Amino acid sequence: MDSDRSTRGRLAWLALPGAGYLGLAFALPLLILLASSFQNADGGFGLQGYAAFFGDAYHAQVVWNTLKIACIVTGICLLLGYPVAFAMARASVPVQGLMFLTLILPLSVSVIVKSFAWTILLRSNGLVNQALLGLGLVDDPVKMLFNERGLVIAAVHVFLPFMVLPIFTVARQIDSRLAEAAATLGAGPLRTLLRVTWPLSLPGVVTGCAFVFSMSVSMYVIPSLLIGDRYQTLPALMARAYLFMRDRQAGSTLAVVLLVIAVAIVVGSTWLTRLLQQRNANGKGSTA
Amino acid sequence: MRTTLFPRWAGGLLLALTAVFMLAPLVVVTLVSFSGSSVFNLPDGNWSLRWYRAMLRKDGLGDVLMLSLFVAAVSTLCALVLGTLCAIAIEHGRFRGREALLAFLVSPMLMPGLVVGVALLQALRYIGLQDVTTALLIGHVVITLPYVTRTVHASLALFDMRLIEAAQTLGLSRPRALLQVLVPALAPAFLTSGLFAFLASMDNYPISIFLTDARSRTLPIEILHYLEESPDPTIAAISACLILLAIVVLFIAERLVGMRRLAQF
Repeated sequence: MDSDRSTRGRLAWLALPGAGYLGLAFALPLLILLASSFQNADGGFGLQGYAAFFGDAYHAQVVWNTLKIACIVTGICLLLGYPVAFAMARASVPVQGLMFLTLILPLSVSVIVKSFAWTILLRSNGLVNQALLGLGLVDDPVKMLFNERGLVIAAVHVFLPFMVLPIFTVARQIDSRLAEAAATLGAGPLRTLLRVTWPLSLPGVVTGCAFVFSMSVSMYVIPSLLIGDRYQTLPALMARAYLFMRDRQAGSTLAVVLLVIAVAIVVGSTWLTRLLQQRNANGKGSTA
Repeated sequence: MRTTLFPRWAGGLLLALTAVFMLAPLVVVTLVSFSGSSVFNLPDGNWSLRWYRAMLRKDGLGDVLMLSLFVAAVSTLCALVLGTLCAIAIEHGRFRGREALLAFLVSPMLMPGLVVGVALLQALRYIGLQDVTTALLIGHVVITLPYVTRTVHASLALFDMRLIEAAQTLGLSRPRALLQVLVPALAPAFLTSGLFAFLASMDNYPISIFLTDARSRTLPIEILHYLEESPDPTIAAISACLILLAIVVLFIAERLVGMRRLAQF
């Protein structure tokens, strides 16, 4: 017993190279970045960078743009991904396999390739407009490039698998007899969805939304190809400060703001998932 | 008795539409790459391989591709070694904070790539590192390591360690038992996480943009640069090759572990 415990204690050392590496090449640089955001132009420490950032209405507009787009993309992914995940869970095994393929193949193709493809599809004489005109849904081509519409379409395409797959994982585990039981007790389909299925699927929904939201907040390639420079988001502004303006102070302040948003999403969603799992587990315990 | 809001056929229709939405961009790029026209048009009976020829003749593309492949291969190998050791420590070690350690090891996946890139750039400047290839390798191990740690850890958690004990009872020494029983059981995890880590490195833009310079670029940076400067269907041909690479990688992974295991979240 004792020897087993000491072996298992020694196994901890195996994590040292990997953890040490990430400590030096990931955590430490982020800490240095955090520190340098508090460095004033004259070299002393202070809040100049943050004062400049929060004192500028333009920055507020950019933060608002970034969060708004992320909310819209996450909302549409959820609206679309939720029924898709449940339809997949109910589908036959071969259909499920095909759907996995259609979700994972685009996932393994470069984001640049996918964004570029959307610029071809969404042109005024592109396939999407031809289809809309052909079906008589619109009279004139809809402008979908260089505006938010195209950005949202491309972003939903890139991030949808990250919403569908976690929800599918929980949807598959939900016992279909629960819905039947609810129906037997007189609940209609809508009520069953709201009172039984939705609460049970929440852990998957939280994971999916956290993935999509954090990726939408920090996306850079998709906006730069679908909208261009005129529409600024937080990542674009940050990249510009570093790569073109060589303004280290503004750049690190922007980077830290982005980092804080990302960390808040991770911490918030982890906390929420744990809470939901506890509640679902308690619920099961009390009915058993 | 109806227990769901939409009937089965509606679910099927929804899945079909989703499949079209997800695959349309990939199909369109591939078709455009075979077009004879010099703008991004679908081939209208006018099929041609001229953009593939243009791609092969393009100056510097070979160097860019070699750098990308080298960095992806080496960083994936490093990640496989470091990540597997971490996964074993977390799954079978007994020490405090194992869950927190796993969260830390996976966290680079959730942090904005641009921020990690900037942070790394500053840190590398502090220590005076100039070499682009080394800088890229340092950055790309940060991206690839979480893939391996997560997947191998999930696989280890499913593995029944009593099989090792059984092999020892049957006369194998502990190292041999580990080698002959555990390693084959983990092979699918090595393979899928390795392939996805490789693709993630090949595709990385946000970290690489800060670590490369005008002379040594990686493939995504070269493609984006080309799209912004002088877009012509050569880029569609390159994209079609990248889609083919993804299909090949996915086919290998599917053959060895199955589509469902690839989609673990």
